[in-house]
Amino acid sequence: MIETHYPYWLVFVLMMIGLYTVISHGNLVKKLIGLSLFQAAVFILYISLGKVIGGTAPVLEEGVDSYSHPLPHVLILTAIVVGVATTALGLALAVRIFDAYGTLEEDQMLVRAGDGDDGPEDPAGPDRGPDGDGEPGVAP
Amino acid sequence: MNTLALLNVFLFAVLVATALAITRIRALYAAAMLASLFSLVLASLFVMLDAVDVAFTEAAVGAGVSTVLFLSVLALTRSREAVTPRRKRWPAGLVVLLTGGTLLFASQDLPPFGAPDTPVQQHPVTDVYLVDSTEQIGIPNTVTAVLASYRGYDTLGELVVIFTAGVAVLLLLTRLPHPQDPAGAPESAAPARYPDRASVVLADYRVLRVVSKLLMPFILLFACYVLFHGEYGPGGGFQAGMILAAGVILFGLVFGLDVARRVLPRPVLLVLIAAGVLLYAGVGVADLLLGGAFLDYDVLRPGSPQAGQQLGILLVETGVGITVAAVMTAVFFSFAGRGVSR
Repeated sequence: MIETHYPYWLVFVLMMIGLYTVISHGNLVKKLIGLSLFQAAVFILYISLGKVIGGTAPVLEEGVDSYSHPLPHVLILTAIVVGVATTALGLALAVRIFDAYGTLEEDQMLVRAGDGDDGPEDPAGPDRGPDGDGEPGVAP
Repeated sequence: MNTLALLNVFLFAVLVATALAITRIRALYAAAMLASLFSLVLASLFVMLDAVDVAFTEAAVGAGVSTVLFLSVLALTRSREAVTPRRKRWPAGLVVLLTGGTLLFASQDLPPFGAPDTPVQQHPVTDVYLVDSTEQIGIPNTVTAVLASYRGYDTLGELVVIFTAGVAVLLLLTRLPHPQDPAGAPESAAPARYPDRASVVLADYRVLRVVSKLLMPFILLFACYVLFHGEYGPGGGFQAGMILAAGVILFGLVFGLDVARRVLPRPVLLVLIAAGVLLYAGVGVADLLLGGAFLDYDVLRPGSPQAGQQLGILLVETGVGITVAAVMTAVFFSFAGRGVSR
């Protein structure tokens, strides 16, 4: 069982680390990084299902008769590029949310949305430290 | 355990350690760099699993472009994360344990890793891709053949997703002139928060300037090689587009956004974003007009289906490369441009 299934189990470990990051962390950028970890784990699962031990990359060549399956490679190759495009969309949303609420933390966002009578456009602009690396934003 | 298993386990161990570090670390710049490292190791794992095309893409995307995107977003926002409260950790841990347990239980039904008689390998389509494609298409890299010809509809759909995501990012991040602004030039009207910072360009460092100038032509040449050699070896439109975008992004990072924008003005980028998708779909329409099915390249060269297939694949891959490169460049410009105008 270990010899034949270890890649799947390791994939699940990675997948769960990604899932944990998405669920537990409140920071939107961290959530997106966690989501891409989860995504990477799915990629490995697909690729490992197409692998043949003793096979080679599916580029046809004289004298080779065992190839890994090309279809998972095609699906994942496009998925990686689509993944970065959708991640960029998520990041753009995060930037807009930061502009509106001045924070990337869910908790603070909910608090500020609750006060919400002064509207999302904070006249002072997003409060951040002098070098964008300000105080460790601790939840109130 | 054989060498492959040992190498796989080693690479997986590095990946898990990196992922754990990403989860725990609160400095988001460091997390983004670790994610880049994760991608690089992941690319090595893909090579071990025979997926050279995928490894190529992962290295270009994960270790290059997506890291730059994460970093430029962090430059616009906060780079430190709040402490995750304990009350949030336990439920998340519970959910993860339950899901992981279920997956572990279900994994008993998965076929053994690497066996040649799994359902994936036994499916009739395998022979079509690995044997019949020599006659039908005649290019050695079956990944390219499947991507651009057998599953051409699928790839067109993916390209449209990339196109849509790119357009959405541009819509979200572009500042339209506000009606209350007098001159309609909000970028220059906004007070510069860090006046001295904007003027510092990495090109002031001689080493960076010289090295990136030396590298640029080779990066662009390599992108073209990857695009046009994709039929014979690992490569193709997606990888070439990413490498091209990475070259432009390097240029933009070192010489400043304004110079890069002068090379590739916004209207040109917008046209290119659409042009790639239109080229891809246009090949399909041309097939229709020539009497074939949509994206059936056989009819492109009457009398020689193989040559038609190869021409079609080359055109389609070029379309993919154009759109991917233009979308990634435009996305980078919008993120980085927001930082400059602040």
